[in-house]
Amino acid sequence: MSAYIDAHCISKSFAVRRDTRHVLGDVSLQVERGAFVSVLGAMGSGKSTLLSILAGLTRPDTGRVTIDGVPVTGVRRDAAFVFQNYSLLPWFTALENVRLAVEAALPELSSDEQRAQAQRTLEQVGLGGALDRRPWQLSGGMRQRVAIARAFATKPQILFLDEPFGALDALTRETLQQELARLCSAVDRPVTTVMITNSVEEALLLSNAIVPILAGPPATLGTPIPIALPRPRTVAGLAHDEQATHVRAHVVATLTAALGRARRFGVRHAADTVPLTTAVAQERP
Amino acid sequence: MVGILRLWRSSPTIPVGDLWRVVGVPLLTILAFLFAWSRVSASVETSLGQIPGPLAVWQQAGNLWVEHQAERARAAAFYERQTQRNLRQLAENPDAPVAVLAYTGKPTYLDQIATSLMTVFVGFLLASLVSIPLGILCGLSKTINAGINPFIQVFRPVSPLAWLPIVTMIVSATYVSADPMFPKSFINSAVTVSLCSLWPTLINTALGVSSIDRDLMNVAKVLRLKWTTTLIKVVVPASLPLIFTGLRLSLGVGWMVLIAAEMLAQNPGLGKFVWDEFQNGSSDSLGRIMVAVFTIGIIGFLLDRIMLALHQLVDFGSRR
Repeated sequence: MSAYIDAHCISKSFAVRRDTRHVLGDVSLQVERGAFVSVLGAMGSGKSTLLSILAGLTRPDTGRVTIDGVPVTGVRRDAAFVFQNYSLLPWFTALENVRLAVEAALPELSSDEQRAQAQRTLEQVGLGGALDRRPWQLSGGMRQRVAIARAFATKPQILFLDEPFGALDALTRETLQQELARLCSAVDRPVTTVMITNSVEEALLLSNAIVPILAGPPATLGTPIPIALPRPRTVAGLAHDEQATHVRAHVVATLTAALGRARRFGVRHAADTVPLTTAVAQERP
Repeated sequence: MVGILRLWRSSPTIPVGDLWRVVGVPLLTILAFLFAWSRVSASVETSLGQIPGPLAVWQQAGNLWVEHQAERARAAAFYERQTQRNLRQLAENPDAPVAVLAYTGKPTYLDQIATSLMTVFVGFLLASLVSIPLGILCGLSKTINAGINPFIQVFRPVSPLAWLPIVTMIVSATYVSADPMFPKSFINSAVTVSLCSLWPTLINTALGVSSIDRDLMNVAKVLRLKWTTTLIKVVVPASLPLIFTGLRLSLGVGWMVLIAAEMLAQNPGLGKFVWDEFQNGSSDSLGRIMVAVFTIGIIGFLLDRIMLALHQLVDFGSRR
């Protein structure tokens, strides 16, 4: 019996001018149904490529991904994706943006039901008063709320989050992290989530397990670190928690060791320039 | 003018420096131009008499307006007479064959402007109907783009004067009708205009579509939109700003090309007006041609402003 999401020996290279860049090398990842797994690493380490392969947006060079026993060949109907830079359609209002997703994912609903579903989800993320505003009339936090609503409105079984809070300021980020946790637990069925992040705190706050991505190239995955902290978790609570402190130290040590190895082999890449600390490394699109 | 309006709207108290730059400087250069023109024109003697100065041109503009009104009055009188005559005949004999004829006077200057605008819009519309869908295809598929590109590169620089004979021959051979809806000269000019004006829209649409933010295309993929939905709700809105840039350039090219096309095709618009006045060779001709030059310039400017306003209406990108 294999795991719900099962990625086996994935590798991926890109042609960069004359060179070939090996981004991922023989990466395997198992995610159980209903789990929240964070893939944690510095920027430029191939996290996003891994996620888009899992989601079916990109095809791997070798290896295979199955979800619920079915090989992934394209984006699944029961999967939703949240991008780092919101990726809302600027010519549509918040409601229309969410509605577009509902229309595509739940065509069996009537037009009124689709609208109601979109509106309900936006109200759940606290945007009931901004339904008719366009993305450029919303703050960054509100835009990401719309993007999260768009993902949840289609009642997904699987959530792929690509640094969902990376472009937000610290305060907004914390509020939204709590809301995401609330949304995930409020749904009446298990939602399996894979999140990409560069923040240890974010991963500690939300996930059942952290998978460190070890800088390469090509990048590989470290051993998953289970996090058995009780929920709901708070940032303040995590600051003094013994297990959290232990995990934090372990993750940072693992990632730094990988970076050091990469440097010793004389490989230069973007991760070299970004020191990874327990503080949140700002990553912008 | 637009500058002045914008200035008034944006701030109640206008900085003196801005006012000087936006209103004062253009006014001054226009006055200097008029002065130099009136000076130089008096010293050049042509076979049609002196080059007309600003005042003479202004008088000709007045004349054209007076002629327009006179022609309209004649037309009204003609219809009035015809109605009276028909009523009289019907009163004598209810079964009398009554003829209702259209007035056949020569088109006035304003009629010619209207014809020109009509021609350019029909040509522009034809061009847009071809170039926007084709541009979208080129932008979506590198293969189609590679197939179309040679034609774009080779046909784009061709002058309207080279197209016109070919267009004339083809239209003569294919547009055969006992009672044509449009005169052939009109079709010839419009088709020539579209042949010359479709390229900017085609190129810009292709560019707009091919340079859509990759994230937006990923959204379409993640939401599993049907490709028609992707086209209508993602691709077209995302490339509208560049499509409108292309349309704006196309309309400019079309309007410029139109005058030449009308001269050769004898479409009764501004081009024919200029040509007829040139052939006519009266002492007023040069003045009237200059009126046409200013008319063409001002209408071109207004068309450009209209397209610019439309462009700003759809420019979501800059507000993101």
